[in-house]
Amino acid sequence: MSDCGLEGSAPGLFGPLRLDLPEGCVTCLLGASGVGKSTLLRLLAGLPTGVVFEGQVQRLPAALMAQEDGLLPWLSVAQNVTLGARLRGERAADPAALLAAVGLAGFEARLPGTLSGGQRQRVALARTLAEDRPLVLLDEPFSALDARLRLEIGALALRLLAGRRVLIVTHDPAEAARLGDQILILTRAGLMPHPAPKGAVPRAHDAGEVLEAQAALMERLLA
Amino acid sequence: MKGLALALLLWQAGVWATGLPPYLLPGPWAVGQALVAHRGELAPATALTGAATLIGLALGAGLGVALALMMAAWPRLGRAFAPLLIVSQSIPVFALAPILTLWLGFGMAPKLAMVVLITFAPVAQALHDGMRAMPTARADLAQVMGASRRAVLWHLALPGALPQLASGLRLAAVYAPLGAVIGEWMGGAQGLGALMLHANGRMKTDLMFAALLVVIALALLLQAVVNRGLQNALRRRGFEC
Ligand SMILES: Nc1ncnc2c1ncn2[C@@H]1O[C@H](COP(=O)(O)OP(=O)(O)OP(=O)(O)O)[C@@H](O)[C@H]1O
Ligand SMILES: [Mg+2]
Repeated sequence: MSDCGLEGSAPGLFGPLRLDLPEGCVTCLLGASGVGKSTLLRLLAGLPTGVVFEGQVQRLPAALMAQEDGLLPWLSVAQNVTLGARLRGERAADPAALLAAVGLAGFEARLPGTLSGGQRQRVALARTLAEDRPLVLLDEPFSALDARLRLEIGALALRLLAGRRVLIVTHDPAEAARLGDQILILTRAGLMPHPAPKGAVPRAHDAGEVLEAQAALMERLLA
Repeated sequence: MKGLALALLLWQAGVWATGLPPYLLPGPWAVGQALVAHRGELAPATALTGAATLIGLALGAGLGVALALMMAAWPRLGRAFAPLLIVSQSIPVFALAPILTLWLGFGMAPKLAMVVLITFAPVAQALHDGMRAMPTARADLAQVMGASRRAVLWHLALPGALPQLASGLRLAAVYAPLGAVIGEWMGGAQGLGALMLHANGRMKTDLMFAALLVVIALALLLQAVVNRGLQNALRRRGFEC
């Protein structure tokens, strides 16, 4: 077993599987709704789940962007982004640059209740990116974003996370084809690898290989 | 305003219909006259009862918040106290009034004690419940980010329980004037409660009703102010209300 990942099964949810998260590798995880993707993420983050997992999990200190943004309504956008430092009693870095990077410059003082769904999601992403952790778990991190933001912010996230182990859950085959060094599909039977296009991530959305991989993935998800 | 006018009308109609003598049921006009005629007694009594209500409410709320924080910080204490809090709210604390005067003498102290006694428990219970009912997403964040227990209480549980604290405070504001008035029903006390008792003893029913009206006005005013303040505080902190 490698130094980060898990091996085992969750009876009633998914069969025996093995997940490796190599250093500096971006893994994209797809699969039908309710199949257990978020559960896998929670296992890797050391959080309680609704299942009994029989097997072992190799953990590293993780940053987690959950499916639900979990923004604190009483904290400003800037304070939400630096929540980790606040909770650990550390000095927080200035979140302005990170917010600008996710297209939210000037939103520092706003309260989450005044943001749109996609803006909230970007704050949650910035909060995750602000954490300096070797393992980064992103659960459908771009699901509420428009097509242009998906491309831009996906690329940005990978740039900022370069060198770390990244696991991205997504329902979007195009996203997996662009962002994944490793592409995996979770089914009740276990984890199925899918060949990733050549080239370093993030890949161009319109590259031939990426489009082919996207189509092939779509086929498999529909099968 | 319409409701008030209707209530006054019904009241007057009741007086006419039953034909009760004024020493049993004075009409609104007679009570209004008593309000004006006895303003020299009513005003200082109102100030005393109002002060007891406000100070008692502040002390009770402070005690309730402190207790809830301790219960949240030491879960064993919390588990031991939580049922006591519920039970304490079903004890008729009014029955303690004579004992309070015995212990604390006459004057402000037993009144304040009475107000504190009936206001601290709803505040403590609401805040404690609110702090324990932290959404999973928040608990997850705390765990993954490596927050200390103290940081969780201080930065997540406490601010997140503000809406529940507000409900507790609203309830306490409803009870507080009651506590003050009942505290004043003890012999030797002063304030609106004492005034009502004396007026009753001297068959000055119109004055008793006047004092009662002032108590009701005081209670409604307090609730309005507290509700408005809490609503603003919640809204400023990004909570829906
Ligand atoms: N706390 C829980 N208690 C019991 N069952 C749960 C719990 N959380 C999730 N489940 C169940 O476990 C299964 C897997 O849930 P999970 O959230 O991992 O799915 P998912 O693959 O992330 O789905 P989606 O794509 O819709 O987010 C689902 O059937 C769900 O109903
Ligand atoms: Mg999920």
